[in-house]
Amino acid sequence: MKNLRTYFDEDARVVKAVDGVSFDVHRGETLGIVGESGSGKSVTNLSIMRLIPSPPGRIAGGEVIFDGRNLLALAAEEMRRLRGRRIAMVFQDPMTSLNPFMRVSRQLMEVTRLHLGHSKAEAYEHAVGMLEMVGIPDARKRADGYPHEFSGGMRQRVMIAMALSCKPELLIADEPTTALDVTIQAQILELIKKLKQETGTSEILITHDLGVVAGTTNRVVVMYAGKVFESATTTELFAHPGNPYTKGLLQSVPDPTSDEQKELYQIPGLPPDVANLGPGCPFAPRCYRAEPICKEQFPPFVELTPAHHSLCHFADEVYKGAS
Amino acid sequence: MLTTPIEEDVVGTSLWKDAWRRLRKNRLAIIGMVIVTIVIVASIVGPPIIRLLTGYTYDSIPNDSALIKSFPPFTAPDGTFSWAHPMGTDIAGRDILARVLLGGRISLMVGIISTLVSLVIGITFGATAGYLGGKVDEVMMRIVDVLYAIPYMMVVIVLLAFFGGQSPLGQLFLLFAALGAVSWLTMARIVRGQVISLKNQEFILAARATGVSTWKIIARHLVPNTLGPVIVYATLTIPSVMLLEAFLSFLGLGVQAPLASWGSLAADGIQNIAIFPWQLLCPGVTMAITLFSLNFVGDGLRDALDPQMRKS
Repeated sequence: MKNLRTYFDEDARVVKAVDGVSFDVHRGETLGIVGESGSGKSVTNLSIMRLIPSPPGRIAGGEVIFDGRNLLALAAEEMRRLRGRRIAMVFQDPMTSLNPFMRVSRQLMEVTRLHLGHSKAEAYEHAVGMLEMVGIPDARKRADGYPHEFSGGMRQRVMIAMALSCKPELLIADEPTTALDVTIQAQILELIKKLKQETGTSEILITHDLGVVAGTTNRVVVMYAGKVFESATTTELFAHPGNPYTKGLLQSVPDPTSDEQKELYQIPGLPPDVANLGPGCPFAPRCYRAEPICKEQFPPFVELTPAHHSLCHFADEVYKGAS
Repeated sequence: MLTTPIEEDVVGTSLWKDAWRRLRKNRLAIIGMVIVTIVIVASIVGPPIIRLLTGYTYDSIPNDSALIKSFPPFTAPDGTFSWAHPMGTDIAGRDILARVLLGGRISLMVGIISTLVSLVIGITFGATAGYLGGKVDEVMMRIVDVLYAIPYMMVVIVLLAFFGGQSPLGQLFLLFAALGAVSWLTMARIVRGQVISLKNQEFILAARATGVSTWKIIARHLVPNTLGPVIVYATLTIPSVMLLEAFLSFLGLGVQAPLASWGSLAADGIQNIAIFPWQLLCPGVTMAITLFSLNFVGDGLRDALDPQMRKS
């Protein structure tokens, strides 16, 4: 994906929710996207799927190359056939992601009948098989239940089953565990990881939970104010963050092993309004490292190592300081 | 692994079953349903049974000219008690019970078919406008506003006066179409409102993300979710359409003789109200009871399908 820009026209102003985001995902790899609320993580991925509500949203520029083709240039009908078949999505809130009026089996069948041309009976068997695979006990009986008879964790399993039922090449998981409690979170992440290995799917995992990132991803992209602030392999990012924002994020994670009663670090201030950004670094007003130049000039995207980039005037310094 | 103990037979309790359980507790609604059922059954099987038992049909005028006059209910020509005409006869000596039952057939048919017509138009129109949104929605809903502004009674009267009057049956179909065409507007608005509130739900996004096409999303995901309010509104539309039909027939624009509806029977009856009150009362009371019952059913359904509203 290159230089993706998604803007929302809002009356007189333009909200640049995603502004020049580039990253790539390799086959079989898990890419994590982290950032605060409103940093453009979800919009980025809805843009990949071309599911941005329009108007007011529009994809203003860039390209999304999937298997050699630019998704943004595909005809709507072609894109529709790709969705669910080769790129699938798991949403944040399993409580509202299932149609309350349809039996779970029918919702699962809808996907495979649409994309794999299954007959009713085939689709039903496939649905039951998928439910078994995601670990729903007594799947055959449960399949004919309605969503309200499933717990949150079970529904998210159903969503995962639905997303994986056509063996997609790319799975986009938009905060799949945020709405679940901690024990279920671990199960769901473990499940996605396991299924991913079995099916060889690539994955984009959107989250604001750094713990999740550390445990499940190969590489990480840190987003802020609609821009990529840092991208690195997961181990590198945690060991040697090259951006003050990433450092701030890492410091604001509580460390359960320390007994110290010190106050938890938090990044001061709030994320900026992406509709009216100044010329400088959008993080400058909240940055501990900010200098006058930060407010005037937009920072460069510095290459620290071939696989590690950071958007900061002082990227080198921060990188070295961390090591 | 998740090891929730599961009971032996987990059967899907649908939202409908819940609603039905709540509806059963509403005594008025149940009484209403019983009465409506009786009226429907009676108007379907009633006329042939009367014909078998007594030989009367809705349009059989006695051959004996002495019998072509109005007899009060339960009265034989010689003034003694008789079961022959439980509702008496009209001026032409026709059995009023047979006519009321036939009128019920036509009134109910008009009510149900016109409501179905309005359902089909209203749901299609409203769901399309609501889901597509934007300019399409704007244009479609302005059309509805314009149609709202035209007095619908006028439209129906003009339609009936213009195209009507050929054959009794043709008139009947015209009535279905005309009443359906004016009563879909509110339905369209209700469905549109529902669809707008639903289309931002995640399961619609999820359906789009799995590549379901727009029309399938509307038909399979949106419309079933609007069914609750739609059913309630439809059950309340039936009596209002029936009343409208009665009004039109009362004015002589609706059902033409020899067919009869409750409205046209009432129109016939009112001419002689001082002397033969039963000719107005019998069709009038039957209609009133039926409409009451239908409204109770509608209210009951609304309470059953929308439990939050009842508590407030």
